[in-house]
Amino acid sequence: MIKELTCICCPMGCALTVEVEGDKVVKVEGNTCKRGADYAVSEITAPTRVVTTTVISVQGRPVPVKTAVPIPKDKIFEVTEKIKSAEVSLPVNVGDVIIEDLYGSPIVVCAKVG
Amino acid sequence: MREFDLVIVGGGPAGMAAAIAAREKGLENVVIFERDHSLGGILNQCIHNGFGLHTFKEELTGPEYAYRYAVKVDELGIPYETGTMVLDINDKREVTIISPGRGVETVKAGAVVLAMGCRERPRGALNIPGFRPKGVYTAGTAQKLVNIEGVVPGRSVVILGSGDIGLIMARRMTLEGAKVKAVVELMPYSSGLKRNIVQCLEDYDIPLMLSHTVVDIRGKDKLEGVYVAAVDSKNVPIEGTEEYFECDTLLLSCGLLPENELSRSCGVVIDPRTGGAVVNESLETSIEGVFACGNVLHVHDLVDFVSEESARAGAAAADFVKNGRRTGGEQIKLIPGNGVRYTVPGTVDVTNVEQEVHIRFRVTGVFRNSSIVMTCGGSEVFRRRSRILVPSEMQDVVIKKEKLEGLSGEMTVEIRGE
Ligand SMILES: Cc1cc2nc3c(=O)[nH]c(=O)nc-3n(C[C@H](O)[C@H](O)[C@H](O)COP(=O)(O)OP(=O)(O)OC[C@H]3O[C@@H](n4cnc5c(N)ncnc54)[C@H](O)[C@@H]3O)c2cc1C
Ligand code: SF4
Repeated sequence: MIKELTCICCPMGCALTVEVEGDKVVKVEGNTCKRGADYAVSEITAPTRVVTTTVISVQGRPVPVKTAVPIPKDKIFEVTEKIKSAEVSLPVNVGDVIIEDLYGSPIVVCAKVG
Repeated sequence: MREFDLVIVGGGPAGMAAAIAAREKGLENVVIFERDHSLGGILNQCIHNGFGLHTFKEELTGPEYAYRYAVKVDELGIPYETGTMVLDINDKREVTIISPGRGVETVKAGAVVLAMGCRERPRGALNIPGFRPKGVYTAGTAQKLVNIEGVVPGRSVVILGSGDIGLIMARRMTLEGAKVKAVVELMPYSSGLKRNIVQCLEDYDIPLMLSHTVVDIRGKDKLEGVYVAAVDSKNVPIEGTEEYFECDTLLLSCGLLPENELSRSCGVVIDPRTGGAVVNESLETSIEGVFACGNVLHVHDLVDFVSEESARAGAAAADFVKNGRRTGGEQIKLIPGNGVRYTVPGTVDVTNVEQEVHIRFRVTGVFRNSSIVMTCGGSEVFRRRSRILVPSEMQDVVIKKEKLEGLSGEMTVEIRGE
């Protein structure tokens, strides 16, 4: 199967054509440097993203939080939902953990609130 | 009258970095005036990650990046007064402020650093005819509503303009359960980062409609929908291409403008190309002892560049307070040539350059396999080849003092293809 991707690693934004067999990348074309090939492999085999969102605290003010490490891309909505339903009480500080483990990542607070 | 060696206007990343640098240069009596209730500036509402890769070698969210600087401000014991808005600065560097605690007050400053940031282009600047029903916001206002107030302004959304704030908000609204129907962009390309197009639109199957614009709005009191049409090469809507999108929210993401009402009112000369002050190598404006940095000087895309630039402004201000102005050097005037929209600074006095000078600018279009070339009096001062130069990325050229010694007159900065 052929998949089209845009490399996001630099402003060149090379259009990558990726040949995929099963879940393996067999060929990458269109990249100008090696970073593009590496990007294509990780995007095809195991795409991940850092999720940032807010959770409304018991006191009503939103608290910005993020996954400490990237999580699988297809779990973004699920992770966001779970974060939304967490109970958080002010005050919080940068680095506080509100959920220990969601798909391999702790959920941490990004700002001092309250 | 209270007296300060250095007054910093604005407590965003620019103001904080300037204050820290001035203190590290040994200036004791520094103060930051911030109109908001906390330090951090626009970063407090930018909860997405992608900040600080250059400075900290890791990707931080906006609030985390701001926090690192706020901690430093505290550690150094630099005083800041929040809820304090600067109303006026005169040419004697008397600064008028207003705050709930003290009312209107005038203070004396040895030097001033302007770090007021930028604001979004108002919607009046956009040519959408029709009513102004509820449901039309700038993308930054929506960002503040969602991330700071905890209020999601709508359920179905169209975004006009594909700058980074619009792209970020497309993802943000989607994660908050809204349906983003389209991002509409007048130009044939997006001014946003590739990374944001992939991770904010493609990840969520949000269509990006290039060479399109919103031509009409439906809804009297509340927005009901928008008409989107294709435009021709002169950006004129093409008749018969209109498409109707039902939506309760229209976000406008049409660029940023330096916030310079204050600078203008105190007589600082503004460069019409950047919307920011005209500055010299020390980032000093046309008013002696008044410096400018960060987004109020020219709109940055990377906060790391803001912090670095602002530290230079803070250090230069500290030097001005301690040693006064060094004058008498030869002036080099920087001229934006082919492919260069503007340069910051506009002039360089080599005597005031310690070791090197940063010259920052934006290109006017996309240039592949080209070189940045600087020439003065017929001889080449600088050349750097680049595979690609794009308008959305600010260029930063560092020139060593030795290279500039003995030069005077005009120095042209241009892009040459090869
Ligand atoms: C929506 C958005 C998304 C961004 N995303 C990214 C990103 O992903 N990565 C990245 O690296 N950069 C990003 N940036 C850029 C970066 O955030 C800015 O370049 C940076 O915040 C600019 O810092 P500043 O201090 O100049 O301005 P600001 O952060 O705007 O701070 C200015 C401060 O001055 C205060 N002020 C203004 N006028 C007065 C007055 N008269 N009296 C007292 N105080 C005053 C304001 O309240 C504010 O706190 C983004 C910017 C925006 C707007
Ligand atoms: S392949 Fe290399 S040159 Fe092309 S966009 Fe990716 S990083 Fe840039």
